[in-house]
Amino acid sequence: MKLLVIAGPPSSGKTSLVKQIVKKMKHDMKIAFFKIDVVKAFEDVELNKEFGILARKFISGDLCPDHASVMVLGDAVEWAETNGAELFIVESAGLCLRCSPYLNQGLGIIVLSSIAGIHAPEKMGCMVTLADIAVVTKIDLVSQAEREVLVQKIKETHPDLILMETNALQGTSLHRLYEIIRKSSDIDAETLVLKGNPPLGTCTICVGKKEIGWKHHFGVIQKLDGQTAEYLYRGE
Amino acid sequence: MITELTILPGFNKVGIREGFSKITLSAGETVSIVGPTGSGKTAFITDIELLAQGDTATKRKVLVNGLVPDDEVRCNPCRKPIAMITQNTKCFADLSSEEFLRIHARARGIKDNSVVDETIELANKFTGEKIKNDSRVTVLSGGQTRSLLVADAILIGASPVILLDEIENAGIFKQEVLRIIQNTGKIIVFVTHDPVIALLTKKRIIMQNGAVKKVIIRSDLEVTAAYNLLEYDKRVSIIRERLRTGKMITEELVSASLA
Repeated sequence: MKLLVIAGPPSSGKTSLVKQIVKKMKHDMKIAFFKIDVVKAFEDVELNKEFGILARKFISGDLCPDHASVMVLGDAVEWAETNGAELFIVESAGLCLRCSPYLNQGLGIIVLSSIAGIHAPEKMGCMVTLADIAVVTKIDLVSQAEREVLVQKIKETHPDLILMETNALQGTSLHRLYEIIRKSSDIDAETLVLKGNPPLGTCTICVGKKEIGWKHHFGVIQKLDGQTAEYLYRGE
Repeated sequence: MITELTILPGFNKVGIREGFSKITLSAGETVSIVGPTGSGKTAFITDIELLAQGDTATKRKVLVNGLVPDDEVRCNPCRKPIAMITQNTKCFADLSSEEFLRIHARARGIKDNSVVDETIELANKFTGEKIKNDSRVTVLSGGQTRSLLVADAILIGASPVILLDEIENAGIFKQEVLRIIQNTGKIIVFVTHDPVIALLTKKRIIMQNGAVKKVIIRSDLEVTAAYNLLEYDKRVSIIRERLRTGKMITEELVSASLA
């Protein structure tokens, strides 16, 4: 099973990008989609309805969504594999910018909007610097010069990033991305770990623990199905 | 070096294949794209800018010197042979004009920083309101932004292909822009509603419903018409500039402009 972890600030175009990838690749491989969000998420229903692929979501509620993702990702990978998925797409909530959801295997994609502001690439820290690919969206809204200025800023933040620009609503110029996904290696669920550190110094329970799956963690933990304590969970 | 761009047909808005077999644009050639709004003019030049490979809404393909361009040429700005001025009159980057141009020059692989001052100087030839080096690009007026971006395309983009989307709408000195970019040995494509610009180009591509309807080569009669029209256009500009600066129309001006 191939793995894509997609991150980026709200409204940057992550779901539009996912839709283009699914539209293009669903005939070649069985796709499963997993969305992690804090308060509400509609993407699972939308994607299932539009493309008939396996899709589910996880609402983190009171918990930091990236911490929640670390907890449930083990189960989620197992869910996707058990259901025979050949491509597993994880869309993160991507909020506080202290950590990044990318794993040591598969591909990490940062989605950035052309109108996000010139300092966004630097401000977003490891969400940009640990990604494999950056997709710049909404390119129809700005001038070519401004696009190139933003792309230059991203390159200076992370020189080895593979960069592409698109109008994700139309799926412009994404052939190269599809090619990279097709050629990416299958993951080994047993050896999956985070690329970066969990929110450093803010959570004494998860700091330094890169292992994914709730069984490696203690303290406030949630499983993909069901919760461990009634009073801890106030999402959707 | 680009000597030739070839555009291969795609599909119109209802999915019917375009009627041409290929359109070739050669170095030194000026081309205008005309047609009603929504007919696909901007989409046509955007395909060229992205060096589309069947992966845009129109499904057109664009070849450089007869070959499929490699990914690096498509995605790396310092290897991109194309500069485009879009209709955008707004910049979102919170930078001064000088910083904006300096980063863009870096993106295009230009080491010499004197290009920044030269670009601002050229931009100030296109607009009546002066752009300063420390003016934030976010607060420039529509005309200033367009002037800066046109100057940027000429000096920093400095590409063998320049695409201009409706420069006449920018409230900038069109004649000045035309004078500077004609006869440069580049491929220059204008999307335009302006009859003067349309007639000054050698080739006209007519768009309809998202597709190329036909390609017309300018006739000799049209060359004469273009120069006559240019004279009218100059008089119209004189009147426009008078009105913009709060002056009145005088008797002599009326008889001169109607002559």
